Amino acid sequence: MKSPFSPRVGLLPRDAAGETWLSGVIAVLCFIACVAAVGTSAADRAAQGWAGRLQAEATVQVRPRVGETGSVAAGRAAEVLAGVTGVDEAAAMDREEAERLLRPWLGEAALPDLPLPYLVTVRLDADAPASAVLMSRALAQAGLDASVDDHQLWRKEVERSAQTVAALAMAVTLLVGLAAGAAIIYATRAGFQANRLVIETLHLSGATDRTVAGLFQRRYGMLAASAGACGALAAGLLVAGLRFVGGEGGMTAALPVAWSDLWFLSACPVVAGIVAVAAARIGAGSVSRIKTSGPAVSGQAGQGQAVRGQARRGPSSALEGAKGTSLGLRGRLLSRLGLNRSDR
Amino acid sequence: MSSLPRRTSLAEPAAETVRLQGVGFGYADSPDVLRDVNLSLPRGSFHFLTGPSGAGKSSLLRLLTLAERPTTGRLEVFGRDVSRLSRRELPIMRRRMGVVFQDFRLLDHLDLFENAALTLRLRGGRAQDYEADVQEMLHWVGLGNRMHVRPTALSGGEKQRLAIARAVMGRPELIIADEPTGSVDHTMADKLLRLFQSLNRLGATVLIASHDEGLADRSGASRLYLDRGRLSGGIE
Repeated sequence: MKSPFSPRVGLLPRDAAGETWLSGVIAVLCFIACVAAVGTSAADRAAQGWAGRLQAEATVQVRPRVGETGSVAAGRAAEVLAGVTGVDEAAAMDREEAERLLRPWLGEAALPDLPLPYLVTVRLDADAPASAVLMSRALAQAGLDASVDDHQLWRKEVERSAQTVAALAMAVTLLVGLAAGAAIIYATRAGFQANRLVIETLHLSGATDRTVAGLFQRRYGMLAASAGACGALAAGLLVAGLRFVGGEGGMTAALPVAWSDLWFLSACPVVAGIVAVAAARIGAGSVSRIKTSGPAVSGQAGQGQAVRGQARRGPSSALEGAKGTSLGLRGRLLSRLGLNRSDR
Repeated sequence: MSSLPRRTSLAEPAAETVRLQGVGFGYADSPDVLRDVNLSLPRGSFHFLTGPSGAGKSSLLRLLTLAERPTTGRLEVFGRDVSRLSRRELPIMRRRMGVVFQDFRLLDHLDLFENAALTLRLRGGRAQDYEADVQEMLHWVGLGNRMHVRPTALSGGEKQRLAIARAVMGRPELIIADEPTGSVDHTMADKLLRLFQSLNRLGATVLIASHDEGLADRSGASRLYLDRGRLSGGIE
């Protein structure tokens, strides 16, 4: 015969508090939190990339001496700089290249008559870049009048901007994460309220706080974890799509998403589940709690009105001990009571 | 009147299953619904609690089922002062009781078998250990052929029988029933009364709140009368 308890049914009703909708809300919030987290990571990565690129380059402006052309001076400066420790490559920028860079801003007409600076572009060793002081000293020793711009001003501006963007993204992540956590807590508490009568019935039937809390922890832990997983999965698909579309650079240079960002998302269901379990644990004791402010024992209280005469005999051994789990009705209680099947 | 002996140890069985001394009870910001109630229910006794609607019967039963605590006076259940019970002790005490709620309190998402087995399941019992007993009880209350339907499909009388089956499945020492025969016909009411009497013969203390004066008369049980929060009676 099939066991009536197979499979065992949960003691809490399904969807008592609109759990489907709450799951949807939690999933959406988790999705937004995941996207914001990836955005934070990408913003931080972009900031580091921009700063790194600026740090790895320098520009030298050369002023030719009397009797020396600018191109010659720039070429000589490039040679000197190429020999400095911490410089990977130095190249003099010729006039054609300078005009090409300026043309979009100044147009064709003005360029031939415009006195342009003579520049040397320097690519520095990324790990141990040469300092501006070192390069200036080398140029001076070679008898060159030049000034070195190591982009420090720009780099600081870029770093500051990137840090601001990353901080904003982090704040958004935290806010959305808090909203998701609040939604989970709300869902759990709504579940408690919706199941208040069930919980009271369970308590009055002998359920411990731990049992009730365990029911809610399992229910809402699983609900939040699965909703978190759905949100994280959707965010993962979005990140993967951006990575595929954007190739090596992620989506754009401004927001370079990476495959490693997917690791962030894997934590979402776990965190959502933990928040729900904690909320259920905290809320479990607050429901169906009997009043604990018991009265002071009144020694002046009226005496008990003993109602006697109905006790037929002392308790049988079958009723001693409340810890038995089975009434043992069949073949014991009914037969002892003389209530056979003909009574039914 | 002489004061009644007090017992506070679970290990030492109390002579009274329930004892109330000067118990008063009221809900927040409302007049007291129970006033100076004094009562002793000896172990193995059987009582009917009657009284008009609003007399406080259900409130008294809520005190006895440990759903509430008195606002004044002293309530002892199984020899323990309820005001001194810790929260952890409540389930242990409640597992010694079988309660039939007036509104049945059936769990609609569980089928009849699971409802009847609830108290056993909450005690950590294994389904295979009590399966036969639960089936037997459901057959006995006339629900054996509907074990796997939900309570929502039952009539009021059937729900009442299921509620009674659930209450007595846990081998209770104290059975508290609030209008347990209010929705069944006389034949079934008498049959259920016989069940309570049989459990009483086995030693359970039984307290039934009912408007059914005829049933109370037929039971031959002690009558307690509650009116406007005050208890009187004790008719032998």
